[in-house]
Amino acid sequence: MKHLLSTQDLSARNALRLLDVAEEMAAVGQREIKKLPALRGRTVVNLFFEDSTRTRISFEAAAKRLSADVINFAVKGSSVSKGESLKDTAQTLEAMSADAVVIRHPASGAPARLAASGWIDAAVVNAGDGTHEHPTQALLDAFTLRRHWARLGGNPSAGTTLAGMKVLIVGDVLHSRVARSNVWLLTTLGAEVLLAGPPTLLPVGVGSWPCTVYYNLDEALAQRPDAVMMLRLQAERMNAAFFPSTREYSRRWGFDDGRLALLDTMGLDDTVIMHPGPMNRGLEISSAAADSPRSTVLAQVRNGVSVRMAALYLLLSGDHHDEQDDEQDDEQADAKDDATDVPAGNGTRTTPDTTREGTHP
Amino acid sequence: MTVPAPDSGIHKRVVLAEADIDRALTRIAHEILEANKGSRDLVLLGIPRRGFPLAQRLAQKIAAVDESVDPDLITGQLDVTMYRDDLRRNPTRSPLATQLPPSGIDDKVVVLVDDVLYSGRTIRAALDALADLGRPRIVRLAVLVDRGHRELPIRADHVGKNLPTSSRERVRVHLAEIDLIGGSAVNEVVIEDRP
Repeated sequence: MKHLLSTQDLSARNALRLLDVAEEMAAVGQREIKKLPALRGRTVVNLFFEDSTRTRISFEAAAKRLSADVINFAVKGSSVSKGESLKDTAQTLEAMSADAVVIRHPASGAPARLAASGWIDAAVVNAGDGTHEHPTQALLDAFTLRRHWARLGGNPSAGTTLAGMKVLIVGDVLHSRVARSNVWLLTTLGAEVLLAGPPTLLPVGVGSWPCTVYYNLDEALAQRPDAVMMLRLQAERMNAAFFPSTREYSRRWGFDDGRLALLDTMGLDDTVIMHPGPMNRGLEISSAAADSPRSTVLAQVRNGVSVRMAALYLLLSGDHHDEQDDEQDDEQADAKDDATDVPAGNGTRTTPDTTREGTHP
Repeated sequence: MTVPAPDSGIHKRVVLAEADIDRALTRIAHEILEANKGSRDLVLLGIPRRGFPLAQRLAQKIAAVDESVDPDLITGQLDVTMYRDDLRRNPTRSPLATQLPPSGIDDKVVVLVDDVLYSGRTIRAALDALADLGRPRIVRLAVLVDRGHRELPIRADHVGKNLPTSSRERVRVHLAEIDLIGGSAVNEVVIEDRP
């Protein structure tokens, strides 16, 4: 992996590897000294063209726990507000020798442009682009779901897939990059994905996605999902009349106290409620639901740091220049490990007074 | 040009068979007890992957001598991946789990256990990793094979077998807990010569 741009092109093998590494990173978060030297001397730039609290802080914490240097670049107060282009900004970062750029941008595809343009040599991590993707959010959701699923099955999390799990995603799918990233990733990991939302807030072409679509939340809940992911109603992107009133939206599509009680009466004791945050309490999720023991909202935030540590570690460690095949990585590393480090290059023996038998000039 | 068969060209010889490994571990277990004057405060930390089963075997042998020892309570695993100095030069490695015994390592006598001691760089990484986890009273090193070619001022306290090797050769340790060869679990140390 050179960049992390979307979950659509992430293979099951790479996704599982990232989640397994995140599992070890989570263990570091439990220690007294929550720091690893793996990325010492590397520079990670947080380039945020859109507002964000948890994603930026989470990336910053992740980079710092790996001992990387972090430069936060908020667009307000930068030269971008004077009209600097993405290209010039990127080249400025390149001149400051950034090793990784974490970018959030209102335009879909901006991270892919940055990665493919050749403006910059750094690894690019998509932290949300327009209405396209938000891969690290999907990965932390998958991580949270996997821990839950593994605990239910009595298995260790590492190596477990989401096979057999039913995940319902509810709400404003049209504007949600979180929903898109989750649909691809959770399907890759073997889960069955259900979408529910008003037709006006479902994108054109949703029929071709690998999931079932419901136009009634209660009908979707009757499918007995193992997890319900509520999406934030993105008021800042509501440029048309998508639904008559927020009150009606809340009634029909919100996870309110009534639906919380319904889970109990249906006997769905192990169904969790997820939300990527920030929550509109009382709109798409009621306070009782958000604070119930079923809610994984805070676990998601905590897992976000572990998953982002794993992503930064996998992107920034290792020699990617002569990497031919991802499949061989582990075996190569293992083989080198067995031989215990790279041979010194000449054929000297350890017995005293040896003559050099090396073939090197 | 003909493509050589997978095995041709590599000369293999077994330097330690199952019984030799077992004898070496028995001796190391006694050495550890002697150096420590008993089993007090003893913690065995294996370095993945093959150091961990070796640490477990040593703990079993120590428990066989000293009945007050519960082997599971003195054994742990110490992953050093994130502390290596060659992370940028090799393909990305996935870290493995670090598991400390419930008593922790503060003020303990920690014996690091690994299969092969070569450049010493893995042990340097292990010492750094230990410092982030706690402050042992003493740290010692036990290895099954010391093949020489040290690149750092590090030596082992307990060695199963000193093997003079060429750096062209590769020392492979196969342990039944991890390695299946041809469908059967094998305990052996082999030297492969790559021409």
